[in-house]
Amino acid sequence: MDAKDPLQRTGKTPTSRNRLVIAMPYAWLIIFFLAPFALVLKISLSQSALSLPPYAPVLDWSDDIRSLIEKLSMLSFESFAGLFNDSLYIESYISSVVIAAIATILTLLLAYPFALAIARSSPKARPILIGLAIAPFWTSFLIRVYAWIAILKDEGLLSHFLINVGVIDAPLGIFATNSAVVIGIVYSYLPFMLLPLYAAIENQEPALLEAAADLGASPWHAFLRITLPLSARGVIAGSLLVFIPAVGEFVIPDLLGGSDTLMIGRTLWNDFFVNRDWPTASAAAIVLLILLVGPLLIYERVQLQDERART
Amino acid sequence: MRAGANIVRAGMLTAGFAFLYGPIFLLVIFSFNASRLVTVWGGFSTRWYAALMQDAQLIASVRTSLLVAAVSALIATVNGTLAAIALVRFGRFRTRTIFAGAIYAPLVMPEVILGLSLLLLFVALGIERGFWTIVAAHATFTMCFVTVVVQSRLVGFDRALEEAAMDLGAGPARTFFAITLPLIRPAIVAGFLLAFTLSLDDLVIASFTAGPGSTTLPMRVYSQVRLGVSPEINAISTLMLAVVGLVLIAVAALARGRRN
Repeated sequence: MDAKDPLQRTGKTPTSRNRLVIAMPYAWLIIFFLAPFALVLKISLSQSALSLPPYAPVLDWSDDIRSLIEKLSMLSFESFAGLFNDSLYIESYISSVVIAAIATILTLLLAYPFALAIARSSPKARPILIGLAIAPFWTSFLIRVYAWIAILKDEGLLSHFLINVGVIDAPLGIFATNSAVVIGIVYSYLPFMLLPLYAAIENQEPALLEAAADLGASPWHAFLRITLPLSARGVIAGSLLVFIPAVGEFVIPDLLGGSDTLMIGRTLWNDFFVNRDWPTASAAAIVLLILLVGPLLIYERVQLQDERART
Repeated sequence: MRAGANIVRAGMLTAGFAFLYGPIFLLVIFSFNASRLVTVWGGFSTRWYAALMQDAQLIASVRTSLLVAAVSALIATVNGTLAAIALVRFGRFRTRTIFAGAIYAPLVMPEVILGLSLLLLFVALGIERGFWTIVAAHATFTMCFVTVVVQSRLVGFDRALEEAAMDLGAGPARTFFAITLPLIRPAIVAGFLLAFTLSLDDLVIASFTAGPGSTTLPMRVYSQVRLGVSPEINAISTLMLAVVGLVLIAVAALARGRRN
């Protein structure tokens, strides 16, 4: 049967036709994804220089092996050392992780009941509801973040409303703080959490809950013992989909955060565009990547397992 | 108990959708505000929309954005579809883990890292930054989204149809173009639209890879947003939302029509 298959051949070596199919995306990824990473690493080991491009290369690929080894001993770890001596960067890393973690937990707490409510709706309504819930993801990220400025500002809509209603008598003062950044992340990344959660809940066999009810379990008990454990994979996937990009987020801290909101994406951006310190920015990118290697690997694992389960 | 559960569910849905759509609705409403103040309603007006039409720089950036989105989405769709076929159909080839890893990683990788690394590549190769560097960068980060969409369609695919075509004497290429491609077309179209909207929306990667003279719409909007909330930005935002909304409605209608 396999011999008739137009695209698949058995065995581990791809056929020439398979190679042809894979060649273009593979080459593209090597040139535009893998090679750039090698470059970031290289430049992070270079010295900062006042020129264009603003770094003095230490490694040159045209060197022969002996001079390469010689040069390797001269590699500059200055940028990395600078990072760890620079309290701005250390504080940025810590505060990025803390802000992203808080936002991820809040997103999960908000998204879970929402996903559950959609998954428990009538089968006819479900696709429409989940479609409506993730539709904002298609609209501009920048605009959605911008929309919150008008709401959260001291003279903005929320404070205005709450003062008029009489709940508070002074503006909330949350704009340009870390709280505003957390709100922005929760709002912007909600669809990323919602979709894997919904998929994990909706896939469950309804008979399991009926059996639990027949055996005398309360709905709450059945939820804790059946629905929640069975959706664990959705919880992990959704949390990683929010946490990983949130750690490196630039737009949200820049627009909603204050001048004292330190997040690594923003610090890196400023070092790159404002201070024009490319080696430090590259070293910062490498450290950020190392920071995210753990979560990224877990995410890849979940993805590959999912994929295997489907095929 | 059943009725109680329904009330809780309805309440949860209402709260969830209010949170998701509230800010967007407020922004749209205030784009029609006659007053320049963003919190005070000064009557209905379309003056901010009229002002947009006079903004030549803005219109140029819309053109750039649309072109970048169209070209990069096209490249991403071809690459992403081929990658999906390789992942679903080729079994376990030797470097599959690296390949799959390189495909899934940009899905969650912080944009600043992708943008920075691509910029360094262009500088190292001595390529002048401009329209084509943004296209290449966007085609790279949107490709993985196409792959994921097409992949899920390929997995649920009835292989008997391909086998029947082969039995009837069609070659592998003919089978692919006559049977496989038409059957996965909805996913390819969806992948293209996803890549298109993602490209249209991107600020960070475009900022790193753009050169002078190739400013995209989000870059333009961002430089104005930094100065604060203004009715003009509300108006341009509303127009962008309307375009995306219309595309989504069209896609939903197409999907519905096909099913019936």
